[in-house]
Amino acid sequence: MRITKKDHLKKIRAGVQDSLYAPPLLKLNIGMATCGIAAGAKEVYDEAREIFKKQDVLVARTGCLGLCEEEPLVDIQTPGQPRIVYRRISAEKVLELVEAHQRAEYPEKSILGQMKDPRSVLEDDIDNPLNGIFSSNGIPTLEEIPFYDKQLKIALRNCGYIDPESIEEYIGRGGYFSAFHALHAMEPDDIIEAIKISGLRGRGGGGFPTGIKWATCRKAHGEKKYVICNADEGDPGAYMDRSVLEGDPHSVLEGMIIGAYAIGSNEGFIYVRNEYPLAVVRLVEAIKQAENYGLLGDDILGSDFSFNIKISTGAGAFVCGESTALMRSLEGRVGRPRAKYIHTVEKGYRESPSTLNNVETWANVPVIMGKGAQWYATLGTEKSKGTKVFSLVGKVKNTGLVEVPMGTSLRTIIYDVGGGILRKKKFKAVQTGGPSGGCVPEGLLDLPVDYERLTQAGSMMGSGGMIVMDQDTCMVDVARYFLEFLQEESCGQCVPCREGITRLLQVLNDICAGKGKDGDIELLEDLSDTVVKLSLCALGGTAPNPVLTTLAYFRDEYISHIYDKKCPGGVCKELFYYEIDEENCNGCHVCFRKCPEQAISGEKKELHTIDQEKCIKCSICYEACKFDAINIK
Amino acid sequence: MTVFIISGKKGALDDLINERFAGDKENLIMILQAINKEYNYLPRPALTYVSTRLDVPLSQIYGIATFYSMFSLEPRGRNIVTICLGTACHVRGGERIKERLESYLGIHAGDTTEDMRFTLETVRCIGCCSLGPVVTVNEKVYARTDSEKTLKTLDQYE
Repeated sequence: MRITKKDHLKKIRAGVQDSLYAPPLLKLNIGMATCGIAAGAKEVYDEAREIFKKQDVLVARTGCLGLCEEEPLVDIQTPGQPRIVYRRISAEKVLELVEAHQRAEYPEKSILGQMKDPRSVLEDDIDNPLNGIFSSNGIPTLEEIPFYDKQLKIALRNCGYIDPESIEEYIGRGGYFSAFHALHAMEPDDIIEAIKISGLRGRGGGGFPTGIKWATCRKAHGEKKYVICNADEGDPGAYMDRSVLEGDPHSVLEGMIIGAYAIGSNEGFIYVRNEYPLAVVRLVEAIKQAENYGLLGDDILGSDFSFNIKISTGAGAFVCGESTALMRSLEGRVGRPRAKYIHTVEKGYRESPSTLNNVETWANVPVIMGKGAQWYATLGTEKSKGTKVFSLVGKVKNTGLVEVPMGTSLRTIIYDVGGGILRKKKFKAVQTGGPSGGCVPEGLLDLPVDYERLTQAGSMMGSGGMIVMDQDTCMVDVARYFLEFLQEESCGQCVPCREGITRLLQVLNDICAGKGKDGDIELLEDLSDTVVKLSLCALGGTAPNPVLTTLAYFRDEYISHIYDKKCPGGVCKELFYYEIDEENCNGCHVCFRKCPEQAISGEKKELHTIDQEKCIKCSICYEACKFDAINIK
Repeated sequence: MTVFIISGKKGALDDLINERFAGDKENLIMILQAINKEYNYLPRPALTYVSTRLDVPLSQIYGIATFYSMFSLEPRGRNIVTICLGTACHVRGGERIKERLESYLGIHAGDTTEDMRFTLETVRCIGCCSLGPVVTVNEKVYARTDSEKTLKTLDQYE
């Protein structure tokens, strides 16, 4: 069936309301994004399918609800009963859980929370399907859990709520209505104007105003124009785009359709990382479904606009996230960036005007068109509008994907949403912006997160990775880690980046190995300055950020490494040793048993000691000791 | 002439180039990915063949094969063990797992054991940051792991 009228969309939407919100039978929604599957969701799904194939129980898969820490997450809908999300459900537990539900019992230990209102931001035209069912029955609502309380889901609106391989469920939650409206009732210039008013900026990290990008591309001369979705999410510690592609691929397709119409393009590409095989599978399926419904191809949605999308998979090169490199890679060539004196909106892919936006940016577009640019512009700060998705990871309790309005403070994100630091350790820094970003110290935690403020702090928004580091992290090692990454990923064509990063890394390696010497800090600063000023592309231009921010905020750690030959974080092996604290050690013998080198001696209930000759500083004893009896010296 | 077998089909390299990728030079990277997937590496005869068929100099193909990290010009093992060294896994101890596996398998990351059973590789993030440290064996992801658990996991792979 081809969708050509709004009524077609309405009919499909009405047709799935029951399966979305009022299934006639008990329905299990199992979170099956990569994170869920890694935690065992596939086994849960297979087991549930097997057990319930002859029973009246529906088993469905969804994307990621965000709280990856507690995966596998299973959301259970039972007719007339509260809709409850359970955490850490294994294949062994699933039968028990369903049987309990059938008796209207809710196993308290596994409850994450009940849903109060499952509607997306695009569904305020329908009543809350849980009205009358949701009740104050003592089960906390998801909104009452700090992790979800501060969030506002726009880009992630459907992740965890629909089957990502069902276009009908996407339409069921208000999807493709924005595209229909745009194609039938709006002129391209009106769409661009709306995007400008909304204040949407590039979510890949650059923060360039999307409306201006589209307007320039529309005006650029060229017979053919291209729209491209950058899904080459290479920042280590960031997986927002993966989650959107795996949980709600149609939101990206719809955004691209609207964008292509606004710009005047008939051909689009999604350049996705090869490391995300599931995202590729879901995209391929989504494109096929959209084509079948006439949402891609010729005469889309009954208009005279035609647009096709192809998928291109990357082959493992971080630099291909840079727009000019990505476009070269799309052309089947080596992905080396070029100087951007001519922007890609003028001459990009195949030397034609090309608009490249990140996954999250595209996913925002249907909501801006559906809810109105004015509404969107009320969210966020003066210059950064809307929400931003962050992957909150590292040494924080609630790791996962969070979407918060721009301007939310780092402290709120880490301590409220994230629940604070793991194992009661002390916070040291939060790294934002990927390898090109920086480390923000405790003193700046009240910084409201937006593009400008993070840049002022020496870091950057980047694509949204937020890695929390505690007292056991060595900041010199962190800088070394990122420089090592960037040295491997530098494309090598310009000298400041290729040689500059290599030299920076050599100096950092020396410092971490205890061979740091007087003058190294000044050398790092001097080299950084050169790399920043002279590199061809942004990869080189921002590469020294990890060094510069750690030098600015954690200079004392560099000084300890270089002058005192000590690593206070206990990471650089040449610069510390473990010692057992005489007062705290109660001889529990755990470290004795865990040490892989038999370097620990001592009788039970007696003081233990470490043989420094044998110790390989693997940290197993340090992590195993529950009595703080292993000290870093 | 060398006959290439892909997915059990003879002469399939031609089909692959022509049908799946329309004989288009722009799809060179994806053609190489398909070959790499089939053989676990890029055999030289296949590259020579692609070069002729697409009329792309072999030097350019070599450039691509060495620029992108997923390609290998050397045969790789039956099982690919990949340790994630993304930032989140790094701060949660990915590096220690790497050291342990290197000493256990007696090879460095990037190398293959003599019996061709394992190739040890590293990757900078597969997007499972919440469940770090993460190790993948072939396509399967092992989350919340450590060196001991990983060593046990390897026993399952022949």
